[in-house]
Amino acid sequence: MSFDSYLLLRFEVVITLIIFILLVLKLNDADNKVTSFLTSINILLLVNFLVGFLPIGEHSLFMGFFRSTGMIVLQKNILNLGLLLISLTSYTWLAGNKNRIEFYILLLSSMLGVFTMLSSGHILVLYLGLEMSTIPLAALANFNKSMKNSSEAGIKLILSSAFSTGILLFGISLLYGAVGNLSFDAVAANLQVNQLTLLAFAFILGGFAFKMSIVPFHLWTADVYEGSPIAVTNYLSVISKGSVIFVFISVLYTVFANFTDAWLYAVSILSILSMTVGNLFAMRQQNIKRLLAFSSIAQVGFVLVGVAGASKAGLTAANYFVLIYLLSNVASFGVIGAIFDATGKETLNSYKGLYKSNPALALIFALSLFSLAGIPPTAGFFGKLFLLTAGMGNGMYVLLGVAGINLVLSLYNYLRVVKTMFIDDAVETLPSVERNFALKIALIVCVIGLVAIGFIAPIYQYFESLSFNM
Amino acid sequence: MNILSFLILIPLVTALLILLVKKECTIKIIALSGSVVQLGFSVWLTLFYISLRKAGEVGDMLFQGSIEWFAPLHIYFRSGVDGISLTMILLTAMVVVAGILVSWRIDKQVKEFFFLIVLLSLGAYGFFISTDLFMMFFFLELAVIPKYLLIGIWGSGKKEYSAMKLALMLMAGSALVFLGIVALYFASGIYGGTPTWDIAQLAQIKIPVEVQRPLYILIFTGFGVFTAMFPFHTWAPDGHSSAPTAASMFLAGISMKLGGYGCLRVATYLFPEAATELSWIFIILASIAIIYGAFATMMQKDLKYMNAYSSVSHCGFVILGIAMLTKTAMMGAVMQMVSHGIMTALFFAAIGMIYERAHTRQADELGGMLKQIPFIGSAFMIAGLTSLGLPGFSGFVSEMTVFVGSWERTGIFYKIATILACASIVVTAVYILRAVGFAIWGAVTNKEYLKFKDASWSEKAASILLVGGIVFIGIFPFWIIQLIQNDTIIIFNKFISVALVNN
Repeated sequence: MSFDSYLLLRFEVVITLIIFILLVLKLNDADNKVTSFLTSINILLLVNFLVGFLPIGEHSLFMGFFRSTGMIVLQKNILNLGLLLISLTSYTWLAGNKNRIEFYILLLSSMLGVFTMLSSGHILVLYLGLEMSTIPLAALANFNKSMKNSSEAGIKLILSSAFSTGILLFGISLLYGAVGNLSFDAVAANLQVNQLTLLAFAFILGGFAFKMSIVPFHLWTADVYEGSPIAVTNYLSVISKGSVIFVFISVLYTVFANFTDAWLYAVSILSILSMTVGNLFAMRQQNIKRLLAFSSIAQVGFVLVGVAGASKAGLTAANYFVLIYLLSNVASFGVIGAIFDATGKETLNSYKGLYKSNPALALIFALSLFSLAGIPPTAGFFGKLFLLTAGMGNGMYVLLGVAGINLVLSLYNYLRVVKTMFIDDAVETLPSVERNFALKIALIVCVIGLVAIGFIAPIYQYFESLSFNM
Repeated sequence: MNILSFLILIPLVTALLILLVKKECTIKIIALSGSVVQLGFSVWLTLFYISLRKAGEVGDMLFQGSIEWFAPLHIYFRSGVDGISLTMILLTAMVVVAGILVSWRIDKQVKEFFFLIVLLSLGAYGFFISTDLFMMFFFLELAVIPKYLLIGIWGSGKKEYSAMKLALMLMAGSALVFLGIVALYFASGIYGGTPTWDIAQLAQIKIPVEVQRPLYILIFTGFGVFTAMFPFHTWAPDGHSSAPTAASMFLAGISMKLGGYGCLRVATYLFPEAATELSWIFIILASIAIIYGAFATMMQKDLKYMNAYSSVSHCGFVILGIAMLTKTAMMGAVMQMVSHGIMTALFFAAIGMIYERAHTRQADELGGMLKQIPFIGSAFMIAGLTSLGLPGFSGFVSEMTVFVGSWERTGIFYKIATILACASIVVTAVYILRAVGFAIWGAVTNKEYLKFKDASWSEKAASILLVGGIVFIGIFPFWIIQLIQNDTIIIFNKFISVALVNN
């Protein structure tokens, strides 16, 4: 293998190197020096993030099993940014946890799987990457070993993902039976619409829907989000979900491009269900993590509106939205984590009067919630409206009507949290939460992103230039 | 740089300065001076506009500018003003100055309060200068959250409920507007070549009437929610009465006008065929709002609820004028927007001043205010007399213009609607005179009231500013008619061409 191929594999290579470094550190029992360890791992992740921006062209490797295009690099960069921010926001929690090296090893292994999945040019490699990204997550969800519902989260995650993987694999096997080859190009070229392939498609769709927690495949989501440590919930809601959205769109738009008629309906129905059920269930939640779990279900529904656009604009809007969703959710969970570290509470009631005791945190949380709700001038406004515009471009009027209703429902959910923080009086005065340097950096990056992305049009144009027509 | 950018930049700079400053007094001074500068600038801009028109400038809009934003989606920051938007900008500037003056004594979270007020005004200015539908929508939505927080934090009564109701209903309205304008964007691509959000370009494109129909209904209803059109008016009474004084003034004075302006400039102007066919729906709704609003006002005891329901009734005239589709009626609708904006702001300001002293807004618990606090009492009375349409004040000329314009429309249906609307004036007289009689005239009923002090300098300044506006329009209606005439004719000409094609 030439050096150039390694450059194409730079994301995977750097992650693997960091994992090796961590293993060596673990063997040397070097996790006593908390601050220096956490600082250096964050610097390594920063390097990892920056390496992604090396200007290296598009190419494919290993007979097309591994691809690297401008868009895949962009998606990997977005996820790398998310990884870095999550690591920064979980600084305090990790400083108090003995197993921090294992945490990073598992997290990065999952990330390696995500990258493999994104770059795959063959359905089996995609499957491999998907599994590699999920299995470490079960251990991560169970990371608070002393807590009962953390174990429950781990078990729920592994069982449901095993189930969904089975469904996906069954679909893949049917597809192989129909086409005789599993490389993306071959399937796209040889796929005919018949009952067998439709069945295969339905199973594959179901498998993906599980991973993205789309209604009716969402039942694991709220419990797992609630039970997992906040950093892991953050990772699940942002990176795990975002990466599957990326892959799902590219599979739909390339491999199943012949199937547009069939999947448009399927995607619309899933979208309607996800938005509506997600928002309706979020209304009654008292636990802030559960609330955000249902909100994330609804958000995927909105992404699917853009996907149903089946156009370049739809692809662009979906990628663009994932970046904004990532920043909003990382900021929200960053604040939730900081408050949990200080008070040990994560119910909505414990946020009463947060603005009086911790104005900065309350404002950042509110900003990210407004972004999720799609309120200007936050970036979420643009992200969400571009998704809807893409959906309208394909004439999905019913879908758009439901999306319009859901804009209102979701606003209610987010305003409920805002009301608790800004309007309600505190039951007990919250202590002023200490914010360390790492958390501050992460939150500042998120805030700048949420305020500025919409006003810097070249970002959208860059996304657009990398997208392709169906 | 475009001259209109200052209309956005001045509030933006004011808002940022407010964030930077710590002392409460300084914050108030910054907010006031920022809004006064804005008022001065708006007046200057209007005079400049008039002089340009006199010098023979033609073109639908003046001071046009266009900055590229999201080029792949054809979104541009397009701005421009005509007489209608200038009157709205003047109205906004006036109400904001008055609102800030009235809130001078506020002492709870001062920085946040003035920041949100200035942010609200920023949304309104941006809305009125946008000639790009996406931009317009951006500014329309920008104002939703500040309203929610203003009511929720500084409000009174069942404020959480009212704030949530207002935010959700306005969001639903804007969702309707958004669906409509996105569909219009794609329709313009199908029927006009390249898709666009630009109002001027959209006006040139011939869209088939069967496509126009749903879009007209969607967009008109969406903006109608903002104007408190029946049956989507329910946010208004709760929202207005729970809001702090300045926010009520803003909500009724400006925010409801965003809807009226949108109904006229977007829904009616861009879909003339559909409007000709379907505007009867909105005439019915407007007539119901006028009558129902007036009778509902009679039943209210709380002064703020009284003014809120009478706003529903008065904004019905705006919708009626727009939906009648005659030149005079449309002009009347614009004048009614300005007149009602100033009048209702004065009303809420006076109610707020009374409430601050008496701690009650129940009409029957008050009494003798004119004796004890003559200045505030007179302000209240002037607002009331304007509301019932006394000649010499702005309410008379604008309502009169709407009636005359509506009567011009031939057809028994339209005549009946006009007669019903006229009849509501009687009801208005009843409730206004009753309110004034109970609260303002008569003997002082409560000994506590004898301690009241009359208006402070800031309250006086606010009232004088608003009364000045009312009297100016009442006495010189031709000034404002000249300002907006040209632009209503442009909108009206679309209907003449439609009628010609149909015949």
